[in-house]
Amino acid sequence: MKRHVWRPLYVVIGLVAFILVFRFFYVPTDFGVQERGYTFGYHRLQNEQEWKDYPAKFKGSAYCAECHDENATSIAESGHGIIPCEDCHGAAFNHPEDPETLSIDRGRDLCLRCHSQLLMPSSQRNDLPGIDPTGHNAGIECADCHNPHNPSLEDM
Amino acid sequence: MIEQVAQMLVHGEAWTLKDLFVLPNEYVYWSIQIVLYPYMTGLVAGAFVLSSLYHVFGVEKLKEIARFALVFSFALLPVAMLPLLLHLQQPLRGINVMMTPHFTSAISAFGIVFMTYACIVGAEIWFVYRKFFVESLQRLEGKPDRSTAEGLLLVIYRLLSLGARDLGGEALEADHKAVKILAGLGIPVACFLHGYAGFIFGSVKANALWMTPLMPVIFICSAVVSGIALCLVSYYVFMELRKWAAKRGKNFFLPDAVVHGRAAVDYEHLRSVQNHEVKMTSKYLLIFMLLAITLELLDMIFRGYTAVRSWDALRQVIYEHDFVKIFIMQYGIGNALPFLLLLIPRITARRAALASVLVLFGVLMMRWNVVIGGQAFSLTFKGFMHYHLPIIPYDMETFKEGLGGALLVAATPFVIFYFLNMIVPAFMESRDEGH
Amino acid sequence: MMKRREFLKSAAVFVSGAAVSLSALELLDPHEVLAQNPELRWGFLVNTYNCVGCGMCVKACKIENDIPLEANVTRTWVERYVITKQGETYSDCPKGALNGFTSKQIDQNESGMKKIADADISEAFFVPKLCNQCSNPACVQVCPVGATYSTADGVVLVDRKWCIGCGYCIMGCPYGVRFFHPVEHTADKCTFCYHRISNGGNTACAQACPFGARQIGNLKDPNDPVTKAVLTERVGILREEFGTNPNVYYIGLSKEVR
Repeated sequence: MKRHVWRPLYVVIGLVAFILVFRFFYVPTDFGVQERGYTFGYHRLQNEQEWKDYPAKFKGSAYCAECHDENATSIAESGHGIIPCEDCHGAAFNHPEDPETLSIDRGRDLCLRCHSQLLMPSSQRNDLPGIDPTGHNAGIECADCHNPHNPSLEDM
Repeated sequence: MIEQVAQMLVHGEAWTLKDLFVLPNEYVYWSIQIVLYPYMTGLVAGAFVLSSLYHVFGVEKLKEIARFALVFSFALLPVAMLPLLLHLQQPLRGINVMMTPHFTSAISAFGIVFMTYACIVGAEIWFVYRKFFVESLQRLEGKPDRSTAEGLLLVIYRLLSLGARDLGGEALEADHKAVKILAGLGIPVACFLHGYAGFIFGSVKANALWMTPLMPVIFICSAVVSGIALCLVSYYVFMELRKWAAKRGKNFFLPDAVVHGRAAVDYEHLRSVQNHEVKMTSKYLLIFMLLAITLELLDMIFRGYTAVRSWDALRQVIYEHDFVKIFIMQYGIGNALPFLLLLIPRITARRAALASVLVLFGVLMMRWNVVIGGQAFSLTFKGFMHYHLPIIPYDMETFKEGLGGALLVAATPFVIFYFLNMIVPAFMESRDEGH
Repeated sequence: MMKRREFLKSAAVFVSGAAVSLSALELLDPHEVLAQNPELRWGFLVNTYNCVGCGMCVKACKIENDIPLEANVTRTWVERYVITKQGETYSDCPKGALNGFTSKQIDQNESGMKKIADADISEAFFVPKLCNQCSNPACVQVCPVGATYSTADGVVLVDRKWCIGCGYCIMGCPYGVRFFHPVEHTADKCTFCYHRISNGGNTACAQACPFGARQIGNLKDPNDPVTKAVLTERVGILREEFGTNPNVYYIGLSKEVR
């Protein structure tokens, strides 16, 4: 064959070389096959650390109790003792520095999440005290009568 | 914290309507662009297979359309990539597919197969047109008063010729041999390019409609069908334009007239070539159609017969929600009607072209029914999702994934072909008796 | 590397010894040691009997992981199943149960609200869902660029700087846990709160649950309450026919749950 037939091949080889050089600079050095093998573990290693460093917003009830031990004790003795502080008081973030105060959710909708009566025979929902939201003092806030930290009216 | 802020639309929400029990994250994530993606790669593969019928198997009857199909296939190539890029949420990172390909994924092959294929088609065109490049070079160089356009053309041809100016008999013989080898090599690569598009869908085990080993084969067959049909229609239309130009003494789409002078173009000759090529091509179209329809029906019958758990939901989608799209538009208008048109004796070029338009529509509907239909039911099998193509866009996303984006993709190959045809004239009849 | 492993081994021995001494517990949180333990395989246990459908887990997850509350996608959600005496099953999951279940009406999306009289209900329950962190994750297998992967301790993560947003993983997941993040515009999914569990904490959803319906644990540790439950109780997993080997176990799974 005449030598000129190889010329398109030289162009292709040049193209491949360019892509490989570009790839060398483009792909991070820690990209590769990690513990889980090629099928499940081919990735940029640094990303694992990036996820580990993701900032947490919820700090847990024990964190709240470090300062607010009075409130923590009062709710612990009531039926609502199982509810984590941040469910109603909102995520702590970096409280008390940022934010300085948390916005407490006192809405009726929050209470109804558990206490709107539904017939759920094989769910614990059935065991919770429930009301019909339209019939039970519709229009006023639950907290007007019930203390969220001690919700039982008999105990008040 | 919980008060309802203005609705924030997530990807897919703008065109998805949910019915009954659908999981919260389920939307029609793959929409019109993913319908067009296999359609476009199918056209590329099909056009190439058509051109190879002549170059490899020496089907002399397809000589003239083969050259057109090859150039058109190259014009379609960038457009096969366009829908993929348009549907990416991070289009600028599309290059990652080539940088860190994860080969357990069917999509990762795209970059490499696509580039390989592009190189093969590019090289084949180079060998087919090398003689023309050099001749044009010599003609333009010999011309004393070159216009700006001709000067530009000269630079392009100088680059394209890669400095290989030998037009001796031995050199041309080598070119023909190379074309044959490349066209032969190109067929499996073209089939792979498209077969793996079918694999992308067929291998999604989470999707009851897509998951079948037949998917790649079905995709290849319908790809060849649509590719041949598009070549036939485009060839017919361009030849009409050439006939029109020849009759009125214009130079549009008549590179022969530019190169060899006006006498080289004859209306009656063009008409007989057009008739002959279109009729011959339609025979091959018929054969591949038969194959494609058989496979598609086999798949559907098999699903109904085995009736695994997903069948209840699939049956509702196929026979109720999408009945018109599948049985009227795809099988009726897109398959049965053109089949009849092609089978009725004494076929004319016009009838073959009309049948091909219907076939193109049928294959598009098939892609639609697979891609959108596969997302029409929930993973729960207890709910459905209806897709509404955004017609009037109100942001970038509804344009990209709406009618506008679809039309953009559909129009691009013709724009590319228009410019490509200026450099590598697809309709130039070869003057020598080689090949 | 060997030295580190040795250290961790001795640390584990130290922890078991420390269990008797309360003062030692203050010095070294067992969760922290577990978090660095190479013999670690995160697993999750959902007790569907305990779930009351309050949706506090969904809300906490969205806040913790910066998924906009108003966006209709979520990393975790709660489904409601109601089975009538006629044997029909109705299920819903309005807004992923972000606001809990407060109505007896069942949201059938386009088909409107379905009201079922209490007298017709034979069985009803809630099922929390989250990423199964499969041992053979279908979503990871199909990622074309290596932007999603499984860590050595078995959590499937998405690299937000490398994801091209093709959506193949979303299509590949048989559980529908993946979605496009409306702000990041990359694939997103539950990480088991990797930033919390890797630093000795609990997941946001499990921590927010007042009823203990959700628990995370180390499946490699035979003394972990989650492992104990998985080994000694009748637990189920979701859609095992896909061969993904999920690591979220369910107590009280019903055949109606998909």
